[in-house]
Amino acid sequence: MWDPKMLPRIAPMATSVGAAGFGADVRSGMAAGGGGGGGGGGDIEYGNEATPAGFFSADFKRHDDLKQMLDSSKDNLKLEAMKRIIGMVAKGRDASDLFPAVVKNVVSKNIEVKKLVYTYLVRYAEEKQDLALLSISTFQRALKDPNQLIRANALRVLSSIRVPVIVPIMMLAINDSVVDMSPYVRKTAAHAIPKLYSLDPGQKEELVTVIEKLLADRTTLVVGSAVMAFEEVCPERIDLVHKNFRKLCNVLVDIEEWGQVIIINMLTHYARTQFIDPNLQDGPGDQPERPFYDDSESESESEGSDAEGQKRKPYVMDQDHALLLRSTKPLLQSRNAAVVMGVAQLYHHLAPRSEVSLVTKAMIRLLRSHREVQSVVLTCIASMTTQRKGMFDPYLKSFFVRSCDSSHIKILKLEILTNLATESSISIVLREFQTYIASHDKTFVAATIQAIGRCASNIADVTDTCLQGLVALLSNRDESVVAESVVVIKKLLQTQPGEHKEIIRHMARLVDHIKIPMARASILWLIGEYCDRIPRIAPDVLRKMAKTFINEEDIVKLQIVNLASKLCLTNPEQTELLAQYVYSLARYDPSYDLRDRVRLMRHLVFPADGPNSRLGKYARRIFMATKPAPRLESSFKDRDQFQLGSLSHYINARATGYRELASFPAEAPDPTVRNSVVPLPERPPEPALQPTRQRGFYSDSSSEDESEDSDSDSSSSGSGESSGESSSGESSSSEDAATARTKARARAPPPTRGVSALRPPQASSSDSDEDDSDEEGSTSGSGSGSDSGSESDGSASSAAAPAAPPPAAPAPAGGGGGGNSVDLLLELDSVPAPLGTELLTPSLGGLLSPVAASGAATATAKADTIELVSAQFVPSEYRELVNPITGSGLQVRYRYTRAPHLYSAAMTSVELSFTNTTQQEMTDIHVGQKALTAGLTLHEFAPVSLLAPGGTVGSTLGVDFRDSTHAARFDIVTGGGRTVPVSLAAPMGEILRPVTMSDDLFQRRRAQLRGMNEAGGSVTPACCPTPTDVRKLVLAAVNVAALSSDTGDNERQLRFAGQTMSSGTLVLITVGLPAADGGDGAAVTVTVNCEKMVVGNMLLKELKTQLLR
Amino acid sequence: MIHSLFIINHGGDVFLEKHWKSVIHRSVCDYFFDAQSRADDPVDVPPVITTPHHYLISVYRAGLYFVSVCTSEMMPLFVIEFLHRVVDTFKDYFGDCTESLIKEHYVLSNVPWRRSAVKYTNNEAYFDVVEEVDAIIDRSGSTVFAEIQGYIDCSVKLSGMPDLTMTFINPRLFDDFSFHPCVRFKRWESERLLSFIPPDGSFRLMSYHIGTQSVVAVPLYVRHNISFKTGPGTGRLDLTVGPKQTMGRTVENVLLEINMPKQVLNCMLTPSQGRVTFDPVSRLLSWTVGRVEQSKLPNLRGSLSLQTGAPPPDANPAINLQFTISQLAVSGVKVNRLDMYGEKYKPFKGVKYITRAGRFQVRT
Repeated sequence: MWDPKMLPRIAPMATSVGAAGFGADVRSGMAAGGGGGGGGGGDIEYGNEATPAGFFSADFKRHDDLKQMLDSSKDNLKLEAMKRIIGMVAKGRDASDLFPAVVKNVVSKNIEVKKLVYTYLVRYAEEKQDLALLSISTFQRALKDPNQLIRANALRVLSSIRVPVIVPIMMLAINDSVVDMSPYVRKTAAHAIPKLYSLDPGQKEELVTVIEKLLADRTTLVVGSAVMAFEEVCPERIDLVHKNFRKLCNVLVDIEEWGQVIIINMLTHYARTQFIDPNLQDGPGDQPERPFYDDSESESESEGSDAEGQKRKPYVMDQDHALLLRSTKPLLQSRNAAVVMGVAQLYHHLAPRSEVSLVTKAMIRLLRSHREVQSVVLTCIASMTTQRKGMFDPYLKSFFVRSCDSSHIKILKLEILTNLATESSISIVLREFQTYIASHDKTFVAATIQAIGRCASNIADVTDTCLQGLVALLSNRDESVVAESVVVIKKLLQTQPGEHKEIIRHMARLVDHIKIPMARASILWLIGEYCDRIPRIAPDVLRKMAKTFINEEDIVKLQIVNLASKLCLTNPEQTELLAQYVYSLARYDPSYDLRDRVRLMRHLVFPADGPNSRLGKYARRIFMATKPAPRLESSFKDRDQFQLGSLSHYINARATGYRELASFPAEAPDPTVRNSVVPLPERPPEPALQPTRQRGFYSDSSSEDESEDSDSDSSSSGSGESSGESSSGESSSSEDAATARTKARARAPPPTRGVSALRPPQASSSDSDEDDSDEEGSTSGSGSGSDSGSESDGSASSAAAPAAPPPAAPAPAGGGGGGNSVDLLLELDSVPAPLGTELLTPSLGGLLSPVAASGAATATAKADTIELVSAQFVPSEYRELVNPITGSGLQVRYRYTRAPHLYSAAMTSVELSFTNTTQQEMTDIHVGQKALTAGLTLHEFAPVSLLAPGGTVGSTLGVDFRDSTHAARFDIVTGGGRTVPVSLAAPMGEILRPVTMSDDLFQRRRAQLRGMNEAGGSVTPACCPTPTDVRKLVLAAVNVAALSSDTGDNERQLRFAGQTMSSGTLVLITVGLPAADGGDGAAVTVTVNCEKMVVGNMLLKELKTQLLR
Repeated sequence: MIHSLFIINHGGDVFLEKHWKSVIHRSVCDYFFDAQSRADDPVDVPPVITTPHHYLISVYRAGLYFVSVCTSEMMPLFVIEFLHRVVDTFKDYFGDCTESLIKEHYVLSNVPWRRSAVKYTNNEAYFDVVEEVDAIIDRSGSTVFAEIQGYIDCSVKLSGMPDLTMTFINPRLFDDFSFHPCVRFKRWESERLLSFIPPDGSFRLMSYHIGTQSVVAVPLYVRHNISFKTGPGTGRLDLTVGPKQTMGRTVENVLLEINMPKQVLNCMLTPSQGRVTFDPVSRLLSWTVGRVEQSKLPNLRGSLSLQTGAPPPDANPAINLQFTISQLAVSGVKVNRLDMYGEKYKPFKGVKYITRAGRFQVRT
């Protein structure tokens, strides 16, 4: 990732920020850390003047001696003069009259002087165009200089001179430079492009062709700047990105930081136009993802009928989409906040819901950074929390406010805390809020009160508590606190139009004291609205208000008029005169708004043609209509229309030049456009890819019931799959690999060279023994080629190399024909459809023949394949789930069958046995309410309609534990309405399924899962166990397959393999036995390798306990 | 992209301007000054200011405002991060970042990552594991929130092209981390070790964060009794600091700071150890305690004089605490070993651990 090769490039990052940043060119500082590369930077910038600024006349004088110095023949004098001039420029003084004197020094041999002259030139060329032209020929000459730094510098300055006359010269220079030998010059050329474009947009077409060339550049130094030019000049030309997409993803980590930001942003836009929405199927909201298999099941069922194609296909992530997510993920660890934020927004806008939370930690880390960074990140989090509560939930405390936070940070944190508050965390949040109310910062206190109001209206449990708290605040000494509370209480009462008479009365009393207009207005509105609740107080309030009317603020006056109207309609005897009086006062009020209002009201309340007129009749209904309650919601709710992390998002307004993020297309555009002639670099095995890979296993089955195109998709992705697999160490040439595979699988016909010749030249030329990334690409290529040439069944099974194509199963008869499939097989980016009906094939041991197939499976595991086999040991004893006492006579026992569950392969199948211990019949035993956490899914057992006294009935339950030991909680309901809550947690060993593989592959996979992924320990059993004993013990506890073919007692190392049910993560267990003569007390070592550390550790614990038996 | 940059000092003078595209007149800064005058505190100036034609994105560091002008949409963090890097670079070059220093220095020479053929007579690599404890302690003394922010800062002076590998005894402690670009992230992912070719000189190798899972030790406690209501115009203050979970080390350089509410006119306090100052303008009370020993707990007590007539403040101010503990990384992170490949000589290696307070606040 952080490759040592890049050191010299990254090296001058700091420098170029300073040097180039203040140097002749912003772009090298901004887009390109490499700017100064090896001595090019170091521009001299700010000057110090010998004396502080004097009078203008003094200035003139000084300019004279500067001129003299510039004219002198001594370099050090010139240098001194230039330093002072540049100092003046930096201070914003006008030094343009020195132009002629300076510009002739452009030919100076002294590099320091030259650089300063360049800087000066860039600043003033626009003003002195004619004179600036004098220097152009110098640059033109420099562009041909043998030294790359001089060439680059010349181009930089040339492109920074904003003189329209030289556009053709610039164009020429750029065209020459993009094919320059030196990447540094090419990079500079990329920087020059936007400058030329801003000078003359007419050049766009030609520039686009230049950009296309640059985008194809393979040097990481250039790519970042090329993308920057692309973004500035032609962001709409998405077609230019296609061919470079995979390259960009793969080199992303090696590009310097600023380039990464630009590229990530560009790729976000790109991906939104090219891939379909990964969250399409689970609808909006915060729910966890629905299990994958459910969909596939229903899909394959319906597929038999005619509805094919019309139905929504199960979502399968495009491999390029996955690649993008995978290659940006490591950048979350960047030290650059902009990069981290870039990745975070990319995940927010592109990742499946379940994966977005990967960015949480990194975002929280940014909160420790500078205030400005905090501000931006908090704004983003505030906007994210309106949709994704769960993501930041564990970090609630990171948003607690400190007294030293600046005030807008406080407000943002408050916003987030409010968004995050749930039933479970509200007490903590409210306790925090309580401390905030005592703060000295009054705006913050006001915001806190608002936040309490929002919590109260969002979370029903605490509404009353909050309301009580707010009412208590009404007696606060600080008036602004009281005022804010009044406003919030008003809103709350509106949302809760229940009996809150006491509060309203209390507030009516407040009118006498409280001065803040907004609060007064709120109280008056409340009294008017609910005047029927306080019939005695309301008229009196109006009386007082009428007295003070002329001294009130407009907003209060309006509410007084309102109150008068409402009272007059409900209680005319007491208030009619008062209302008349108020109306009269308002009629002559300076505010036209108020005059206007009162004119309208008078006609409604005191209609000219008597109270029975049409207006009069409806007046009451108009005034006393039930008003919709105000919704107290996050002000960040609508921010999501802007791209996260963008300037527009931050200021919540469309900024100049903001580009809308496209919404996902309904149908993915042709993914083949991204197939490039550049071979795919290595794809490291990554957990993020796991689900995809899992699907690959079953590609043959999907081809069975999918339509023709999805079939070829599946097989081609199978080949992508094999490329991933073989990356682990298949270093032979492509041909060998293909042959090996053929041997391993007698059914597969020999590879067809003709097809592999269709691969790009790099692919077929891989006879070398190098074990580099190109190699893998080619291996996979010819692998798929051979498949496509073969018969359809071969294509399916051999493409799915790591999967378990059933040796005994009849081959599926899907498959696309001839040329068409060849085309499609060449693409490596689509993913097969998910698991279909595969589970029903006998090869998996089915339900009835647990052990039969295992031998055969082990035998076929010669090649680099991982094959599913059936359980090698099935426990027979039952454990109790419900005892007769709690179940009031119903006893439920269970055992793990270790056979695949019919409904979904990810489910652990649990056999339940119901026994009726009572004397009465039991009827209709079924699953009641389910309380499943953490994405667990449960397939209910078939209801038992009748259970005779003393009788026993079996049934099977399927639970997808999601590779966790979370208990599945549900109720078993019996006919009598009796509900028995049960909780079923599987030991780690039962959420695995056994797989076999060759010893060699085992070792290689194990080597990949070292470090954190390895959990090891040792136990000392009472007596020295034999390998057979140990094998039995392990198999009894854990549903894995023993790999060692040698069953003798001499073996000192036992190997077992399995994969987790839900995600198919590989689990490798190695048990090392002490030497046979080691005697008692010798330790047995157990090592578990698994990508999921939790699984590994828990498994280790279980195994250790088991081995001590 | 950034159009222009202005550096503004506290007095509101633009003392440096730089334009990368066309020149934007410095009068654009008036919008910034407006916002500045509205803010009570320099840190309250909003980082992004929208003006009719431009967007001003600014950072405030070392008493200077760095105001950049953008004309169109771009990631604000990009600009902010860039500006902070500018300041960091200044600090690297000048050792500090002040107006006079910036004015003085204008020659920025180029320092490469590693010069070719670096040669040192003493080959040494020093690593500082610095941990900062961030905490909020509520008034009853229980920890509301505590976490650790750690850094590994290096000073590496090694000849040639050394390839270093650093392993930790307990790398699983890290909740979250970010690295200097020289670290090979893949090896970290697979083996949890830091493998890198160091840049020449000082740099920050890694930052990490520990908090969500582990229990963070809070080394000090503060017993406090602050009251503003003892009588008309007077208040009382009584503070005692004591060690809590220090793992056998002494806590040094302890400093307590309290931002007194505006009603407080003066403080008459006597410390049992250390020095107390109160600045009546900023109303900052600071008590330099020094070392905290278990045997003699430092105490500060006395009276506060309040503005008469005005109601006493209703809330007590929070206490900001600073301390250092040397030779200890409070999280328990430990460097296991440091190996060097690629060069023959034997370098001198040293690792130093320091724990200090980060944003450590005691609510009263």
